[in-house]
Amino acid sequence: MSLAAAATPRAGTATPILTATALTARYGHIHALHGVDLRIGEGELVAVLGPNGAGKSTLLRAIMGLSANGGEVRFRGDVLPRNDAVAVAARGIVLVPEGRGLFAPMSVADNLELGAYRLRDKAEFTRRRERVLTLFPRLKERLGQAAGSMSGGEQQMLALGRALMAGPKLLLLDEPSLGLAPRVTGEILETLGLLNREGLSIVLVEQKAPLALELASRVYLLSLGRIVAELDPRGITSHDDLAQHYFA
Amino acid sequence: MTILPSTTSPDRRPFGLVGLLPWLFAAVVVGYAMVVGGYAATVVSFALIYAVFVTGLNLFMGFAAQVSFGQNAFAAIGGYLSAVLTASHGWPPLPAMLLGIAAAVLVAAIVGFPTLRLKGHYLAMGTLAIGLITYEITVEWQSVTQGYMGISGIPPIGIGPYEVTSDRGQLILLSLVVAACAFAAARIRRSRFGRALSAVAGSEEAATALGIEVARYKLLAFLLSAGFAALAGSLFVHVVGFVSPEVFGLHMVIVTFTMLYVGGIGTVAGPLVGALIVSLLPETFRAFKDYQDLAYGAVLIVLLIYAPRGLASLFSPRGRS
Repeated sequence: MSLAAAATPRAGTATPILTATALTARYGHIHALHGVDLRIGEGELVAVLGPNGAGKSTLLRAIMGLSANGGEVRFRGDVLPRNDAVAVAARGIVLVPEGRGLFAPMSVADNLELGAYRLRDKAEFTRRRERVLTLFPRLKERLGQAAGSMSGGEQQMLALGRALMAGPKLLLLDEPSLGLAPRVTGEILETLGLLNREGLSIVLVEQKAPLALELASRVYLLSLGRIVAELDPRGITSHDDLAQHYFA
Repeated sequence: MTILPSTTSPDRRPFGLVGLLPWLFAAVVVGYAMVVGGYAATVVSFALIYAVFVTGLNLFMGFAAQVSFGQNAFAAIGGYLSAVLTASHGWPPLPAMLLGIAAAVLVAAIVGFPTLRLKGHYLAMGTLAIGLITYEITVEWQSVTQGYMGISGIPPIGIGPYEVTSDRGQLILLSLVVAACAFAAARIRRSRFGRALSAVAGSEEAATALGIEVARYKLLAFLLSAGFAALAGSLFVHVVGFVSPEVFGLHMVIVTFTMLYVGGIGTVAGPLVGALIVSLLPETFRAFKDYQDLAYGAVLIVLLIYAPRGLASLFSPRGRS
């Protein structure tokens, strides 16, 4: 029995917050995505797994409008503009990019403030900031410090905190565990789980499958720019199951 | 425990007094020139005019981390419009100056819109071309600019019968202008716009993903920078009373870049400190006669080795780039 056949029931029931249809992206002549279809339910945490070079980062960038892309992305039913990340961000889609994209020489406080760049409401700003500093108390101790001088884990917390300052409706996370110690990774993923239970929709791109499988309600497997399987994480019991799909 | 200043948060250190040192240095230099007058006053006046230009250059290159080798074009537009309107058409200096600045900003908008799509070396090449083209126009459009001959008889700045003609008067006027420019730069740095520029400087892609309109802010910084350049160009022609193409040539690009990097790119006090140091250094080494340029070059190299982010960054809490 193939695992794809055991696709999750939740996918069908939730109203989609995001649907991508025949999404393509290329860098020059190199095609990185060959017509990807995916659907993220409202309030769902979906993991996208795949080996290095599968096109996971490109997929997030294409949704965000940062990569040249073909196909269609709909957010709550509306078609998103192509190649206009500012407009996409304005709808409430926030990307925490690979490598975090922090402003290294700027302070933690300034980085957080830039996350809420589009927000003009002062009270709401303070509320969001309090929320982020409650989620990540360590950032509170380091508000005046340059972002680039912090540890990897703290930087990832800041990247996530900055994204939350934008008040996202859909959060796109590109390998938040990259280069982090397991304990710190655990902390961050725990926070993601919390945010998701509060109703935030999240797309989590990961290479470390076990971590993502614990949190996700559904998993897409991406390989060579194509979705090769859509899985129910509860149905994946061993590493071999996943490996089978990678190499199929 | 909580109030201990630690090495991990340099921002918390009381830096007020040390941060004032660059300004104190500038005040002493201007004060000295004011007392001595004569040649010293002329050198410092030119330095202050350069400070206006470099402050603008810093907005674009320091705050937004872009490259432009062509800001001299906007100084030329401001300078030549001031010169032609006052000397040839009898306009009073102030309206001529304002029109010069407006024209430079307009040209910057027309040129910047397509050019700012370029990045890195390509942006540098594109802007260099703007400077070269403007230089050629000032040389060839003889009916208006009088070519290499230049335009003389440009009146000093003033309103109605009150003209600033004395060395000291000019120094005071220029000091006020420079102070206003530095104040504006400091305000911009701390504003929402300034933070957006820092974000653009940090990572254009990350800034875009946060919903910051990168292209718009780059253009705005470019326009502001052009405005400062035109102001400097106009001040120059009114202070000297003469303008020729060489004034705004490639030499100006090199000198102002040196000032920006020696003073401290991205800092608020850097442009002024750099303009003063780079203007005064050659004078200090006059006694070396034939070896003057050698000594000047050696000092520049030493400065950039020991203060790679510029002199002003030595006095700022965090060398922000």
